[in-house]
Amino acid sequence: MKSATVRSSAAAAAAVPKAHVDVRPIMLLVALMVLGLLLVGSPSTWLTLTVAGLAMGFIIFIIASGLTLIFGLMDVLNFGHGVFIALGAFVATSVLGGMAGWTTSPSVLLNLLAVFSAMVVAMVVAGGVGWAFERVIVRPVYGLHLKQILITMGGMIVGEELIKVIWGPLQIPLPPPEALRGSFFIGDAAIEKFRLLAVAVGLLVFLVMMWVLSRTKVGLLVRAGVQDREMVEALGYRVRRLFVGVFVTGSALAGLGGVLWGLYQQSVTPQIGAQVNVLIFIVIIIGGLGSTGGCFIGALLVGVLANYTGFLAPKVALFSNIALMVAILLWRPQGLYPVTSR
Amino acid sequence: MIIQRLLSHDLPRSRWLAAALMATVLLLALAPLLFPGAKSMGVAAKMLVFILLVVSYDLLLGYTGIVSFAHTMFFGIGAYGVAIASTRMGEGWLAVATGSTLALLASLLLSLLIGLFSLRVKAIFFAMITLAVAAAFQTLASQLSDFTGGEDGLSFRNPLWLSPSFRLFDAPVLGVHIDGRLLAYYLLFGVVALAFLLLLRIVNSPFGRVLQAIRENDFRAEAIGYRTVVYRTLSNVLAALFATLAGVLLALWLRYTGPDTTLSFEIMLDILLIVVIGGMGTMYGAVLGSVLFVLAQNYLQDLLALGAGAFVGVPVLGAVVSPDRWLLWLGVLFVLSVYHFPTGIVGRLRTLAAAQPDEADKADKADKAGR
Amino acid sequence: MNLLTLAGVHTHIGAYHILHGVDLEVPEGAVTVLLGRNGAGKTTTLCTVMGLWAASKGTVRFAGEAIERQPVPEIARRGIAYVPENMGIFSDLTVQENMLLAARGARHADQLDRARLQWIFDLFPALQKFWLYPAGKLSGGQKQMLSVARALCEPRRLILIDEPSKGLAPSIVNNLVQALRELKAQRTTILLVEQNFRMARLLGDHVAVMDHGRVVHTGTMAALAADAELQQRLLGLSMGLSTGLSMNAHA
Repeated sequence: MKSATVRSSAAAAAAVPKAHVDVRPIMLLVALMVLGLLLVGSPSTWLTLTVAGLAMGFIIFIIASGLTLIFGLMDVLNFGHGVFIALGAFVATSVLGGMAGWTTSPSVLLNLLAVFSAMVVAMVVAGGVGWAFERVIVRPVYGLHLKQILITMGGMIVGEELIKVIWGPLQIPLPPPEALRGSFFIGDAAIEKFRLLAVAVGLLVFLVMMWVLSRTKVGLLVRAGVQDREMVEALGYRVRRLFVGVFVTGSALAGLGGVLWGLYQQSVTPQIGAQVNVLIFIVIIIGGLGSTGGCFIGALLVGVLANYTGFLAPKVALFSNIALMVAILLWRPQGLYPVTSR
Repeated sequence: MIIQRLLSHDLPRSRWLAAALMATVLLLALAPLLFPGAKSMGVAAKMLVFILLVVSYDLLLGYTGIVSFAHTMFFGIGAYGVAIASTRMGEGWLAVATGSTLALLASLLLSLLIGLFSLRVKAIFFAMITLAVAAAFQTLASQLSDFTGGEDGLSFRNPLWLSPSFRLFDAPVLGVHIDGRLLAYYLLFGVVALAFLLLLRIVNSPFGRVLQAIRENDFRAEAIGYRTVVYRTLSNVLAALFATLAGVLLALWLRYTGPDTTLSFEIMLDILLIVVIGGMGTMYGAVLGSVLFVLAQNYLQDLLALGAGAFVGVPVLGAVVSPDRWLLWLGVLFVLSVYHFPTGIVGRLRTLAAAQPDEADKADKADKAGR
Repeated sequence: MNLLTLAGVHTHIGAYHILHGVDLEVPEGAVTVLLGRNGAGKTTTLCTVMGLWAASKGTVRFAGEAIERQPVPEIARRGIAYVPENMGIFSDLTVQENMLLAARGARHADQLDRARLQWIFDLFPALQKFWLYPAGKLSGGQKQMLSVARALCEPRRLILIDEPSKGLAPSIVNNLVQALRELKAQRTTILLVEQNFRMARLLGDHVAVMDHGRVVHTGTMAALAADAELQQRLLGLSMGLSTGLSMNAHA
């Protein structure tokens, strides 16, 4: 009788229309891609640019997703998030440099394993530093926004300088391994192999993240905590501990993003963190602070737009991101997918 | 007393601080006589510019409680204004006047826009937006090379009286030649001194007190009846205008402007470091901090080089005390300051002074008698 | 035996001194109703017990242990559930997810106690109907039901409820009364803030009246209900004669 009740309740629920997903931001992305096709003209060039844009967008999403969850859950904005990006990128130079045997080999498998190892090491290092960062720098200033901004900035300065101590202040090249260089050709369109890898990794991260958020209790706690942290605590969950976990995960993801970004740009500088910082702030504002879905669409929009304008009107590339941010804020002042009760 | 009225009754309130400030004023005033070399004059001039730049930021951060990353943008607007005008109109006072006025107008408009658009939102939003805008402006400056000289920047000539080759008198006075450099230096000194006193007057006025009330508790201030958006915007605009002025002065001194001299994010971080370590919301903290910072930036490296010599060959330690990494220590000091010394050096000095009740009482009584 | 005791509790919210020395005893297994005008400090008292506001002075004892310095999750884990005035529903989560959150012992929806869930569905059928619907789309009354249901999905020792009947249709209020009665039958202690006198009288065993941040009267509900003059003096309105009338807002 009990299971029958549950089944009938599910059936009854199925009869009730489910809440619709707000597709307009997704359509905005599609519209942008169509517009791009019209302006660029040649479909093969468009394809190359779009794949590049999606790759960049996925990388930005990987980096920004952690930040937006950290902010949504605990109201902490880490202005020093960039330091984890830089850390990841530099760790990759060391790891890949040390695995020269595998990276120069023509075997795709060895190359992938090398890159994979770099990613794992980068994530572990960035996550570990993230744990220390949360304990030492962030924890004392919960709720004090002004001090947070200042102190996380300070953390970034110190972090950047320490990176220079370990790896030196100069630019270090980071070429992708042998078999991942060059491009596939689909008709006339050149699609860089590495960018496809970035898309694949990004998609994987996105799917795993979505699965964790929607199908696990931990994910449920995070989503609820983003909405109303106090109520989650009143239900008996130690949100502080959850936060440390989210912070460490966010930092690890930033490290992963750093590896991919470094390989994407084919070189790494200590300023890489500060540079990408601006970009991810734009993305999380566009997406809505605390919203993973918004961050995703926002990142893809920014990536695709950057590549289109880079081709069509290079001088206004960074400006275009700001313009996009302003335009979206005028349409939806809280971002694409505002988190309710924020 | 005249000094009291000049300083708008905002006294140092600490003997050490007062001594340090007087020493600063004297040394800066007499720098061309005491330290006539090119490098030392450059350091002194940079100190003056930074004092104005950081003091104006203290108005925003220390007194109004707003974190903005766009301060260097206004700094750059002032410098580029003079540079572009002098390049396009030909050098001279007309160009300087035109460039400065247009720069001030541009800053006024931009800061108004930013203020009205973003000050309604949470502090974090505002900080991020200013970060993005400043980054965009920096890119724009390097991209529009026809206009701004791009990455290379713009070199130009100053009006006659400020040109290095100009001599007011043929014979040296008090051992120095009164040349364009000297005149330029004293122009900087005069403007910075006046601007500082003006800012001191502003923060000690009823307007300044409202700003501080807003910084402490903006809900309360709004409830009492102050339109906080208006006050915040005004504070934003004022800070921007003074920063633009600092940019004008820098351009006149260097006779060059480029993205690196004014717009770089490193300079923004330097400003933050100085204002926090010096002491937020004190004005004097910005002065002292700027002087110490510029000194350190130029001479500490030599000191550190001595220390680094001892660690040559030791892998990590050697790099950590390398003179190039002095920013690391400053960063650590900055983080410590935010936690433990939120009132900075000046605050510390004042607390120490207050801990000696006799001195403080005497000073207080003198203050009250003087009012 | 008193499950919950407050002694000399003061609470400040920012610069405002809200509770001026609250003394309150909540007997186990019974329903204690907290009455008082708006602004008397009833909600603040509940929040202080729950740890959401820290008491600046005084002690709060639960089952003999002092909890006034404990963090909120620890207090909740002792078996205290809180149904706030603003319902505290997670709007972006489905009804199912809201319930799953409230059930600390369950990792998946399948692990929810079937019998208990059925009991809740019988009390509040709308929850069954909208099980997979985002909670934000529910009506005000349904949200309130969900908020109460969350406190029921696992056994608790003490339930703090803040004005559950506000804005609810009378038929739903009946369901609510029934639910709380059944809870009482299970020996759950309830501390109820309620301005609906009919409901208060039906459920309450004990009563405490607050005014200006202090408890000014304690006693049994029966005694208060029988004394019209006392009601008038304490609350400015009689509870007995005009059934179903809620108290007008004073001051």
